[in-house]
Amino acid sequence: MKTVVRVAGGQGFWGDDLDAPRRQVEGGPIDYLMLDYLAEVTMSILQKQKERDPTLGYARDFIGAMESVLAAVIGRGVKVVANAGGVNPPACAAAVKAAAAKSGAGGKLRIGVVTGDDLLGRLDELLETGHQLANMDTGEALSAVRDRVLSANAYIGSEPIVEALDKGANVVITGRSTDTALTMAPLRHEFGWAADSWNLLAAGIVAGHIIECGAQCSGGNCLFDWRSIPNLADVGYPLVEASADGSFVVTKHPGTGGRVSVPTVTEQLVYEMGDPRSYITPDVIADFTTIQLAADGEDRVRVSGIKGKAPTDKLKVSVAYRAGFKAVGTLVYAWPDALEKATLADRVLRERLDRLGLRFEHTLTEFVGANATHGRLAGDQTDAPEVQLRFGVRGQDRAIVERFTREIAPLVLNGPPSVTGFAGGRPKVEEIVAYWPALIDKSVVKTKVDIVE
Amino acid sequence: MKVRLVDIAHARSGDKGDTANVGVIALDPRWYPVIREFVTAQRVSEHFRGMIGGGVDRFELPNLNALNFLLHGALDGGGTLSLKTDAQGKVYSTALLRMVLDVPDAEAKRLALPAAR
Repeated sequence: MKTVVRVAGGQGFWGDDLDAPRRQVEGGPIDYLMLDYLAEVTMSILQKQKERDPTLGYARDFIGAMESVLAAVIGRGVKVVANAGGVNPPACAAAVKAAAAKSGAGGKLRIGVVTGDDLLGRLDELLETGHQLANMDTGEALSAVRDRVLSANAYIGSEPIVEALDKGANVVITGRSTDTALTMAPLRHEFGWAADSWNLLAAGIVAGHIIECGAQCSGGNCLFDWRSIPNLADVGYPLVEASADGSFVVTKHPGTGGRVSVPTVTEQLVYEMGDPRSYITPDVIADFTTIQLAADGEDRVRVSGIKGKAPTDKLKVSVAYRAGFKAVGTLVYAWPDALEKATLADRVLRERLDRLGLRFEHTLTEFVGANATHGRLAGDQTDAPEVQLRFGVRGQDRAIVERFTREIAPLVLNGPPSVTGFAGGRPKVEEIVAYWPALIDKSVVKTKVDIVE
Repeated sequence: MKVRLVDIAHARSGDKGDTANVGVIALDPRWYPVIREFVTAQRVSEHFRGMIGGGVDRFELPNLNALNFLLHGALDGGGTLSLKTDAQGKVYSTALLRMVLDVPDAEAKRLALPAAR
């Protein structure tokens, strides 16, 4: 058994730095490369792609990432764990296999493919057998939006990933695994942690939480002493050096930019946190109030003391459904009296929309440069050099939202003065895909692991 | 003495549906009791009055010298439904740091708290 297992985070979301996975395998020794591609919005985009082409529906960036790390996987035994499979893990595996063959590495990958999280095809059966999938926030039954559902996936835990690694996979592709399981599962596999070693599993989850957002724990988006963080242009992505007792060190490769310190790690720990005593995952409930952090040399933070307890008998389900249309228009007003001009433009626009008989579910006016991010807390901005009027609308009828987009440009000639910044043209109408968080009994979600060679 | 929260804490925020979370972390461990005493859920709720639709929950993380706040109804519907610039609540963190605390002079002096400029 290894005494230390190194898991490196190389991707914090689909759209993150394309070159980070390569830098993570080349910058120093690692055992696992963990790539997190899935946000809630991603699943519905992938479902739409799969509807158009049944060979799609996965994070295509992953294929390029695999090509860039292939030599390390084959030559040095680095293993890759990624939730890049989206709504089509088998197609993702086939694409990886084809890319490997093209690079002369045919037959050298052993790909573990995890399925079973996708509930879309089972939705009616589930509803008919008493699984209401009620909205966790509002309590409403899913039947309210059933005919508009685009995707439905259960968040699955570490179990099937561990199974794939136990079967000798050197690449594991999942669909909607929890982000944290992608890091915890390799540690469970390597150290043989039992399924009820709550403290150890919780430690693996915390390690996953720290590195799942890529460089956000290693100097990126860090408010603490931000001016002094070196060389963000070449920011080092994080890795954990984990021990069998559940303690681990967060660090990054030598010579990279950014910083790993108690403050940078603490900022990431509180990111998207709910009740810190009860960080619920399918595998374990981690208690973030037990985490102990200590500086352990330059760009090294030691994490220990983590406690966990048994999870619930439910899994979270994320359902994506079509929820209408939106568009946002902007115009920039310049000094003097920029805010006053933008305020008048907002009033004029609202009067015109009203006169046209356009009714929206929701509208929102923001004055960027005055109140868009901090509202009234930003204080008086009457002397601002410029203010952007940002006007958004939302509704079920695409035509009405479309009509709104024609009302921005005319203001340039027939509204208040000193206006500019409309070069982008008419606002784009966007279809809204909204999220419906629900719970389902664990027992009805059956995951499956296939090995593709 | 008036003390600006931005001078004694750092913060990060994120979203979960229509709820924003803000983690506030003391810049010096000695200052954690100050933020715990003065940055109450009620105080935060008043700070954001008119900006958020729901209530405020507060959780303590003494191990990290941090507090975590949940601001409900803060994101104009949240996620893709939201029309806000900050639809994912990324900068509620610094909005909270605009808070000014009224700390008794003796305590402020004992802890070497920086006075509001």
